[in-house]
Amino acid sequence: MLRHRVIPCLDVADGRVVKGRRFQDLTDEGDPAELAERYALEGADELVFLDITAAPERRGTLLDIVDRTARRAFIPLTVGGGVRSVDEMRAVLRAGADKVSLNTAAVNDLMLIEACAGTFGRQAVVVAIDARMTMSGTWEVVVKGGREPTGLDAVDWAERAVGLGAGELLVTSIDRDGTGNGFDTALLRAIAERVSVPVIASGGAAGPDDFIAAIRDGGADAVLAASIFHRGIRTISEVKEAMAAAGLPIRLVPELVA
Amino acid sequence: MTSRPRVAVIDHGAGNLVSIDQALTTVGADVIVVADRGSLTSCDAMILPGVGAAGPAMARLKARGLADPIRAWAAAERPLLGICLGLQLLFDVSDEDGAETLGIVPGRTVRMEHAPTLPHTGWNQVEQKRSHPIFDGIVDGADLYFVHSYVGRPAASAQDVVLATTEHGAPFVSALARGSLLGVQFHPERSGRDGLRLLANFVDLVRAA
Repeated sequence: MLRHRVIPCLDVADGRVVKGRRFQDLTDEGDPAELAERYALEGADELVFLDITAAPERRGTLLDIVDRTARRAFIPLTVGGGVRSVDEMRAVLRAGADKVSLNTAAVNDLMLIEACAGTFGRQAVVVAIDARMTMSGTWEVVVKGGREPTGLDAVDWAERAVGLGAGELLVTSIDRDGTGNGFDTALLRAIAERVSVPVIASGGAAGPDDFIAAIRDGGADAVLAASIFHRGIRTISEVKEAMAAAGLPIRLVPELVA
Repeated sequence: MTSRPRVAVIDHGAGNLVSIDQALTTVGADVIVVADRGSLTSCDAMILPGVGAAGPAMARLKARGLADPIRAWAAAERPLLGICLGLQLLFDVSDEDGAETLGIVPGRTVRMEHAPTLPHTGWNQVEQKRSHPIFDGIVDGADLYFVHSYVGRPAASAQDVVLATTEHGAPFVSALARGSLLGVQFHPERSGRDGLRLLANFVDLVRAA
């Protein structure tokens, strides 16, 4: 049976891991490759790097980090942030990533998802959706790190992105991100019910109960978090053991089980 | 013997070769990345990796003059490991865009049926159907990493190639072996410690060949 994945996310700016609340007030939290290796040994099922500076002139720094990480952590790596073309996606994959996540660029250029999936296969294309709840209780897609509203309904966009070739969706609640108030399970449920690709829950995790809720109540396949792991509030193995104890199918790394 | 076998990793252009290169290097092989017939020099084993669609991958293999050398290598019973799409390409034909594939193992590549989610993405249990040195030190039912929507289905006449199966809505062939030919649907280079162990076992088999 397919396991639910626990995925630490490393927000990377200028070659360092950073974390802020709601994409702001960033603090330096370490070297990406070093943290990635530690997480892999702790039982992370995958890794996600989000390059949140993504300035074109600093692209080389990111590719170097991807290469160093792929050589140290033998688990899958998804890289997002600033990829706007098939050629840029190729460069990231050739550097050692397994998947690329598309966000703002996919909203701006509908052909991008289709072109990337056609070239590299849909399994390599993750579409990241940052969503904010509206006054009417629906969710709107926001881009540019949550700063810019698009007018797109997040659930409709999710379905459309899958139709265009997305092989996975990374769904972040901007309202919850960095708050520790738990995932937005209603948002996750609304999207998971409409698509057949795996949905990764993101934004708001504080502890194992939140991960369990994202899967049980939100219908997510995988869960992603950043600060609770970086700051050592919870270890990955601790979270996974709690999820397994709740009856979820989880990959436990034998040498880490107490 | 503790020499480092030379393993040719076939590059058909689509994806990440860093992981397989580093994983093989870590377990004691020297890697040669082969992108065209001209660079196909003497080697001890061949790995056909890959993700993506069968049609474009076969087109690239043919355009670079690699399809026939791979067939000849398999026919000579030299060590060959297909990974993910590389396993699927071993069969006759793929339902994914109708591509004619290498035809080394009788059978076809079909879309996964009854899958609750597609692509089948994540860690899943590999049930060993018979013992084989490629699984030395890896427990039956170990979790390995998959990412794919299609699976190879051996013909009725070739069921003896099945080495392991995995379930995602329905059981499918997750590893196959016939003599020195091996194929795995999961990604050993992305499957942590057990994945590295499997590649180390492959390198040991190459040394013994």
